[in-house]
Amino acid sequence: MRIRFEKRPEPSNFMRLATPVGAVLLTMVLGALLFDALGYDGQETIKQFFFTPVLASYKWQDVATKAAPLIIIALGLALGNTAKIWNIGAEGQYIAGALGGAFVAYLTPDVTSHWIIVPMLLAGIIGGALWAALPAWLKTRYNVNEVLSSLMLVYVSLQLLSYLIDGPWKDPNGHNFPQTAAFTDAQLLPRALPGTYVPPGLVFAIVLTFVFWVAMKRSIYGFDVRVSGAAPQAARYGGFNAKRTVWSTLLISGGMAGLAGILEATSQLGQLNLGFPSGYGFTAIIVSFLGRLHPIGIFIAGFVLAITSVGGQVAQTVVHVPSASGGIFQALMLFLILAGDVLVRYRIKIVHSASKAGAAA
Amino acid sequence: MSMDLIISALVTTIGITTPILLAATGELVVEKSGVLNLGVEGMMLVGAVTGFAVAFTTFNPWLGILAAAAAGAASALVFGVLVLTFGANQVATGLALAIFGIGLSTLIGAGFVGMIVPPFTSIFPEELARDPFWRLIFGHSPIVYLALIMVMVVAWFLKSTRWGLVLRAVGENDLSAHSIGYSVIGIRYAAIAFGGAMAGIAGSYFSLVITPMWAEQMTAGRGWIALALVVFASWKPGRLLTGAYFFGVLMTLELYAKASGFSFLPSQFWASMPYLMAVLVLALISARERTGSEAPACLGKPFMPGE
Repeated sequence: MRIRFEKRPEPSNFMRLATPVGAVLLTMVLGALLFDALGYDGQETIKQFFFTPVLASYKWQDVATKAAPLIIIALGLALGNTAKIWNIGAEGQYIAGALGGAFVAYLTPDVTSHWIIVPMLLAGIIGGALWAALPAWLKTRYNVNEVLSSLMLVYVSLQLLSYLIDGPWKDPNGHNFPQTAAFTDAQLLPRALPGTYVPPGLVFAIVLTFVFWVAMKRSIYGFDVRVSGAAPQAARYGGFNAKRTVWSTLLISGGMAGLAGILEATSQLGQLNLGFPSGYGFTAIIVSFLGRLHPIGIFIAGFVLAITSVGGQVAQTVVHVPSASGGIFQALMLFLILAGDVLVRYRIKIVHSASKAGAAA
Repeated sequence: MSMDLIISALVTTIGITTPILLAATGELVVEKSGVLNLGVEGMMLVGAVTGFAVAFTTFNPWLGILAAAAAGAASALVFGVLVLTFGANQVATGLALAIFGIGLSTLIGAGFVGMIVPPFTSIFPEELARDPFWRLIFGHSPIVYLALIMVMVVAWFLKSTRWGLVLRAVGENDLSAHSIGYSVIGIRYAAIAFGGAMAGIAGSYFSLVITPMWAEQMTAGRGWIALALVVFASWKPGRLLTGAYFFGVLMTLELYAKASGFSFLPSQFWASMPYLMAVLVLALISARERTGSEAPACLGKPFMPGE
């Protein structure tokens, strides 16, 4: 008896929806077994990772805080992933965006109008887009693999951040800590819901999810991106410009990551310091796949990943697992969702060794 | 500059180059078979923590290296099942492996933070390495020699053996290799396991030789440099060796520039040098080979014989 994959005539829509759910559930089971094997209480770990953040009334605000940047970044990344242009450097663009916005803040300490937030956000988008422009230029001009170039620039952005906050942008009144001056009141974005910690980024995430949903579904550009990924040859014969797709997907995903970066800086930290880089840019890659590269799916997946990330902190204090081990759940989820892709495109047939009729073909 | 300083700089260079070279040699074989495994960083970390744990509990660094290789290969096979058996997207799965390795190594290593093992240095008698010049030849950890030997073995294997030819054929034209009766999937599994083992040993070099202890994410992104190195080398073992030493020299310069307080450039500039150079070098290499003809033709493409 052996297992054989048989191609479906049409990709299964049921599987497309069922596999992400299955991936999350199976992650819990496998995760529990893994943590048991490593000598932790597996069941308790899963409970803390996945359920405490949802059930504890005060934790959902933390979840929303983490979900917002993940969703914003993943919406942009999904565009590239659909077109099979791989932007792995969103973390660098996220940092570059924050630097862009912080530069405006640095130049305008005396401006008291709240409108200053608009140029700050725009500078964030531009910063992120510029950081993604280099891989796009290298890809279109010199055929450099964007996976490696965008990723290398993450390391460069970390050094640039460290240089600026410990050099030219260092807070003169900061007791020599490597950090920028605190943003002024005018430079801070207020909470989305007064009296809670719900970040303004969540409003952006909701609006942008809707915008991307409509744009991907209705616009010629959305169609262009889908065809470029699914059938690059057809796209070329159809007159789509491959270079334009590279540029647009990288600039948009970079801009979105930059926006998430400046939103985080101006609503959560209120300055830039060495604690700013968060790994959102990497986690968002998982969000985009778990959400099946669909804006609505990404919105939900952003919350799922945010839950595991908050849960990681809970589990650290309750079950004493290292918080970074949350990466295990996130990676397991991505593994399973990618394996689940096969069920969308193929039927699994169990072939008994007696009936070898199809084997000759 | 005194002779001693030059020699100690060369010793540092060799130390920095070795793990990149090992991991890149493994990845070169993987990519030659037509598979792109981006999870090198994760496999290195799994190797680093396993190697340390085993060397710490058995007091035997050789067993540590062996365990690191096995752990690297095992984590690579998780990737293998997904991309080969399930035909999953290689870029995304490789990333998942990198993230998984970072998380898993942190979890396994939690109990080992702060412990140390005796550094796994020279295997030659101490008298041989007393003179600074001879130290350059005989003063290294066995892993250093292993890395050099493996590049040569891989070069010979790919060029002069039948199975090396088959592996290249699988990477260049999987359908033809399949139709003349070679198991594309089987050969790719073997290549992936080999790449994982090499990455695992590369990781153990960090935790057993460079700093004989475990620290979270101690490979510090070198796995990604190894990936860039394979492209830089145009998938040729000879160029891989020179390329690895090129990066090694750069990173040594960074260390020395930092240590000597080269104040006219900020230390962050030196720290980002290897990555900037990697991008620059990729651009130079890719510009010369516009068509990408050097890359294995099937690189990154899933092979599903059922279709």
